[in-house]
Amino acid sequence: MPADPAAHGAHAARPDESPVARPTAESAAGRPPQRVAQAALKDLPWEIGVAKPDPVVVVDGVSRSFGGLTAVSVDHLEVQRGGITGLIGPNGAGKTTLFNLLTGFDQPDTGTWSFNGRSLGKLSPHQVARLGVVRTFQLTKALSRLTVLQNMLLGAQGQKGEGFFRALVPGIWRAQERANTEKAMDLLTRFKLDAKKDDFAGTLSGGQRKLLEMARALMSDPEVVMLDEPMAGVNPALTQSLLGHVKDLREQGMTVIFVEHDMDVVRDISDWVVVMAAGKIIAEGPPESISQNRAVVDAYLGAHHDAPLTVEEEDRVLAEAEASIAREERPGSDVLSSDGPHQERTER
Amino acid sequence: MTELIDALATALKAGLGFQAVLFALLAIGINLQFGYTGLLNFGQIAFAMLGGYGIAISVAQWGLSFWWGVLIGIGAAVVLALLLGLPTLRLRADYLAIATIAAAEGLRLTFRSVSATPVTNATRGLSGFNDEFVALAPWDTGRRYELLGSRWSGAELWVTLVGWVLVALACLLVWALVRSPWGRVIKSIREDEDAVRALGKNVYVYKMQSLVLGGVFGALGGMIYALGTASATPDQYQNANTFLAYAALILGGAARVLGPVIGAILLYFIIQFADTGLRTLISNGVIPEALLSATDVAQIRFVIIGLGLMLLLIFRPQGIFGDRREVMLDAR
Repeated sequence: MPADPAAHGAHAARPDESPVARPTAESAAGRPPQRVAQAALKDLPWEIGVAKPDPVVVVDGVSRSFGGLTAVSVDHLEVQRGGITGLIGPNGAGKTTLFNLLTGFDQPDTGTWSFNGRSLGKLSPHQVARLGVVRTFQLTKALSRLTVLQNMLLGAQGQKGEGFFRALVPGIWRAQERANTEKAMDLLTRFKLDAKKDDFAGTLSGGQRKLLEMARALMSDPEVVMLDEPMAGVNPALTQSLLGHVKDLREQGMTVIFVEHDMDVVRDISDWVVVMAAGKIIAEGPPESISQNRAVVDAYLGAHHDAPLTVEEEDRVLAEAEASIAREERPGSDVLSSDGPHQERTER
Repeated sequence: MTELIDALATALKAGLGFQAVLFALLAIGINLQFGYTGLLNFGQIAFAMLGGYGIAISVAQWGLSFWWGVLIGIGAAVVLALLLGLPTLRLRADYLAIATIAAAEGLRLTFRSVSATPVTNATRGLSGFNDEFVALAPWDTGRRYELLGSRWSGAELWVTLVGWVLVALACLLVWALVRSPWGRVIKSIREDEDAVRALGKNVYVYKMQSLVLGGVFGALGGMIYALGTASATPDQYQNANTFLAYAALILGGAARVLGPVIGAILLYFIIQFADTGLRTLISNGVIPEALLSATDVAQIRFVIIGLGLMLLLIFRPQGIFGDRREVMLDAR
């Protein structure tokens, strides 16, 4: 499939129509920051492990295996500062494992990786988070029996009242707590959860929990936000609003790395896309390059059976598969051919 | 009728006595660990035993002063909490449960073993260590006092009073902690510790603090109990007491500051009332001897407690003080 100029154009026009007011410092900076990352990435060759102009996260030779299965084996990966990097791949490609490794939730067998030049090799999750790399989870982790506002306040960093002895003297933490509450309410308003602030988080819908988790992560003023399937199980209307929030993060100067299955979403918001399959990075490049990539078509679209397929989506996948088959003038690779005959049968 | 009032008075004395203080303090500790932090401590009685024996051994065996005994008891509880927590708190919740239940049984069996006789006097236990404490009482501990329809010895009254003051202080401390950002972190750990880690909190340290503080509350309970009975024998500290404390906590309402206290008072009141009440009814012939003999009462009262708890969980799963909305969220 050729590059999709429409999606690209809509994306470039985005900053002006964004509904949310953001800090004046960024909008006064003339060029929206998102274009900085995009411009920086524009002339890079579309090859695996390519060096980025201003990498914030660098991964080198990281591998992790569970028993005989190599879940992740990444030779080299750089993530551009201030950009939105999409991480895609079929189920079991090792995306979430890579996330776990990068955030200290799991330790790799070999390899190093760094954040802002600082090695994260032996850090535990909370230390990584304190450095400014905050993540969300594939299965949303709303703290059910805490209120929405308490969930938010937990995200704030450097709280004086979180020490055991200082907690006993409210005078020490009252002022900070007030400031954090204000900040939390601002974020909740942005995410349209302010009316729910005193409800238990467990009573929120699935989509609202995703919003809450993202908002909570933002309470820590992170430098890098890692979102594990932020759109999974969210209805289409809320997906649009979530997408807007993700773009906002970039405009505020944060680096976003996210895992997603929905190719439309990936095309819409990513500045750069990294494709994983069977633990390895099989392609990287701007979103429009990905759908042209043979390896990706083989590995990802050919085995695209993990996302919930609507009729339209199914037609689209079929059309894409057929287009690629026509272009190659022969049925696709092994992966594709396993699905191929069936698709052709249903089509004719 | 007078028998019934007598039974009520006896039950009231039990509900307010130092045994109830023991259970209140055990349950306050469990409430902090289980109710707020989500830690399963199934060996809380071990902390009480270390507290009680801390005083007993220091005073009766080593000839130290009472206050040294208190310090040693608390210190021993802290050490036990650290020993149990260090290897298990990084693991899933069930590992702590296994380690604590084993430690409680293991410690009791060690204390009653023959080879421990030089220190703990084995099964015969220790006594005569509370004189210094009783002498602190501002009233004459030699005579008896009439209170709420029952007779209390001066020493018993003093132990009980100090016990309830400790309970009040413990509640105050828990209240101050759980309303602070520290409390917010431990409640979040109960909900999902990975989410808390991802937000930059050192979960391990918080769990350890909670385990240690809860253990110290248990040790204080054990001290009051040892001072109240004026003796310390290992078999007073059967691990069944831990589960009675859990029952008290659930009765009163977990994750509520006063839940464990009211739960402990009620539980002890009900146990004692069922005991004296049934015995009275049997001796009066209201319950025929063929149906229930006085010797069975000790067992039957726990059956009644069990039935009561079941009814409670069906009709009021949040306990007396709990928030029903909060409890129902678990059902999802």
